[in-house]
Amino acid sequence: MNKTKKITFILVSTLLLLTAILAGCTQKTTTPTDTNTTSTLAGTITESGSTTVQPLAEQLGEAFSTVYPQVKVVIQGGGTAVGIKAATDGTVDIGAASRDLTDAEKPGLVTTVIARDGIAIIVNPAQSVANLTKQQVIDIFSGTITNWKEVGGADKKITVVSREEGSGTRTAFQDLILGKTAQIAATAILQPSNGAIRTTVAGDPSAIAYLSCGYVDTSVKVVNLDGVAGTEANVKNGTYKYVRPLLFITKGQPSGLVKSFLDFCLSDAGQNIVSIDYIPVK
Amino acid sequence: MRNISPKTAQKIAMAGIWAGGAVTVGILLLIVIYVLLRGIPSLSIDFLFTAPKGGLSGDGGISTIIVSTVYLIGTTLIILVPVGIGAAIYLAEYAPSNKFTGVIRYGVEVLAGVPSIIFGLFGFALFVTALHFKFSILSGALTLVCILLPTMIRTTEEAIKGVPQAYREGALALGATRWQTISRVVIPAAMPGVITATILCIGRAIGETACLYVTMGGSAAMPSSLLSGGRTLSLQVFYLAMETRALDKAMATAAVLILIIIIVNTFTTWLAHRFYARMGGNV
Amino acid sequence: MKISHYITDRAAKTTVLICAASSILILVAIIIFIVLQGLPTFQKVSVFNFIFGMEWRPTNGQFGILPMIVGSIAVTFGALLLAIPLGIACAILLADVAPHRVRQILRPAVELLVGIPSVVYGLVGLVLLVPAVRQLGGNGFSILTASLVLMAMVLPTIISISDDALRAVPRAYKEGALALGATRWQTISRVLLPSARSGIVASIVLGMGRAVGETMAMIMVIGNSIAFPKSPLDPARTLTGNIAVEINYASGTHENALFATGIILLLFIIILNSITITVLKKGIHKYAEHLS
Repeated sequence: MNKTKKITFILVSTLLLLTAILAGCTQKTTTPTDTNTTSTLAGTITESGSTTVQPLAEQLGEAFSTVYPQVKVVIQGGGTAVGIKAATDGTVDIGAASRDLTDAEKPGLVTTVIARDGIAIIVNPAQSVANLTKQQVIDIFSGTITNWKEVGGADKKITVVSREEGSGTRTAFQDLILGKTAQIAATAILQPSNGAIRTTVAGDPSAIAYLSCGYVDTSVKVVNLDGVAGTEANVKNGTYKYVRPLLFITKGQPSGLVKSFLDFCLSDAGQNIVSIDYIPVK
Repeated sequence: MRNISPKTAQKIAMAGIWAGGAVTVGILLLIVIYVLLRGIPSLSIDFLFTAPKGGLSGDGGISTIIVSTVYLIGTTLIILVPVGIGAAIYLAEYAPSNKFTGVIRYGVEVLAGVPSIIFGLFGFALFVTALHFKFSILSGALTLVCILLPTMIRTTEEAIKGVPQAYREGALALGATRWQTISRVVIPAAMPGVITATILCIGRAIGETACLYVTMGGSAAMPSSLLSGGRTLSLQVFYLAMETRALDKAMATAAVLILIIIIVNTFTTWLAHRFYARMGGNV
Repeated sequence: MKISHYITDRAAKTTVLICAASSILILVAIIIFIVLQGLPTFQKVSVFNFIFGMEWRPTNGQFGILPMIVGSIAVTFGALLLAIPLGIACAILLADVAPHRVRQILRPAVELLVGIPSVVYGLVGLVLLVPAVRQLGGNGFSILTASLVLMAMVLPTIISISDDALRAVPRAYKEGALALGATRWQTISRVLLPSARSGIVASIVLGMGRAVGETMAMIMVIGNSIAFPKSPLDPARTLTGNIAVEINYASGTHENALFATGIILLLFIIILNSITITVLKKGIHKYAEHLS
């Protein structure tokens, strides 16, 4: 029957297409695992949490997989709160945080400081203002100063860009620079990740934001805070003091594969990777 | 206003309709053309088959993203299609018009209007947290099933209702049981309609973002199982646009999305035409 | 009839019945989960203070979502303000005015646009509209930008459903009016549009539902600010954006408050949907009357 033929044709072609796609996938997924059979470590490590730690964790994971090809390190973002929650619930092997844990969060968790990171104040490259005092930064972020001319710039409204509440970088910025009383103005643009902060400031000539030093690149300009710029160099030589720890969190003492990975992160090879964009802990 | 003659009113109104209509369609199509023009130059075989460099650099292609998307949609369909067809059979063939059926229909209608992010919250609470599927392709797929079920049910139901009554009567007259009639006569006859419904769901699944943003975790790595996190094409557009400055890559990924939607649309229109033309001819 | 056939028949019926019931189960499960997770919020903050509170500072224990409710309403209203006249003009063009050949090209084009993922609209909004709106003042991330993006998103829905409604008006109506000497516009405005009214209203309510529920495109262009928006050029946050942006950071009461935001959003949508269904039902009765 003609009808049956058509249906069969459609079904068969759809199936063929699916098989082709799936075949392509399975081939791809199996290649990394069967390249090296000599190494002793094998398995998957999952990490999620702070987006500040994310690029560093990706680099460390990649390097670890190069040494042990049978190990796969899966890195996901989410934010510091996710990292702490996921580690506590045991939904990931390692949680990442970009601030110290509070006393309420600590029970049952073991933290490993893998790096230290500065918090830079960044503006658009077209911005003429290059120096701000700590007080000016507080006033700008809390909404007391709203125009660039009040700090020696052009007559333009300031766009304050910030992270969400719960973000490790925001908490660290609050603790290190804003202090206990000042609050980030409600009118601030809020973006869900460090990457989005950088993109927003790069696109808006009158924007200002705080950003993990590891994220600073040529698309944004770092302003001097009390005369010192939050650059990697200044963070490393200790002149820039707005620095917070980057943590890996495990539920209980790390063991097995996870311990090997943490040891690798703290080894010379690991800390060399850290030193590209962050401050090593040793 | 009264002084305007019907003829003048006619002219003004027609000019307004033409201007409004043409400008609207023009702007909308320009959006699509803009994305295609900016995206297609960065599209290449390499782009499709290279893994993305990492969450935040924007380098590389979209191979792992395509694989995640295929896994996600495959898993979704395995659950969605049987349940959807079953529900549609009940509504089209068995359902008496009583209160219970009314409630089911109302449920399908309401479910169709619930925003993606609410499904996301639900998926986050049930699949990610309560059932410990974590942020994974499985959690995303189960959430998608919930979202797409109304579409699947309604479109399949239409297809089953489109099968001429004579088919059923013929089968029943030959002594077939009700289930034999449904499974061997009605469903095969409605098959092209069912396929249309499935493809329609694939199209919608490809466009979903919000519910997956909160259930899939967004890892750009190659998924190794259904419990790996993942990132779909739509999510990749979002991440590239928000977190990197690789706008051309974002445009290229968006262009891939648009091309898929064009293919899906053409295919469904073609299938539907053939299906209804044939059914019409048989009555 | 063989016993085995009877058993298969009953088993099949039960199976498909369960499938059909799954939609209700899902709906009930969604409501239960979201309400259960949302309710604990109201032990910390009263329902009144939650809905009418102006301050959203979760780490300070302040959970007021009025700015987000206003944000959601503002972008939806702004989008519909532009989308309704444009969409209806376009639908009239497609259903009645444009020559056959033009319609044959435009109709599939509009149907294609309905399927374009919302992130694509968001991406174009971020790349083209945000810098353009910045020229008007403010920082570009604003209610205006979000309204324009939403407008582009809901237009195809409004056009295609209104077009269907206009085409469903019996030909005899139109021919009768024209035969009585009415101009084309008189026919459209006094016969076609009133007859298709319920369908057009339904298209608008559906578009509204899409607008209220949109999440990712909004996060991309609205700025996600928690302040109460005072002008269309101010950044704001929608109810949907509030959930999506913060759910990953939230724990404790903060997390509950996001589920409570979901309850408010769900109520919003269920009310809108009930309106759509009522309107559609009326429409069906009306057509049935016409045909008899």
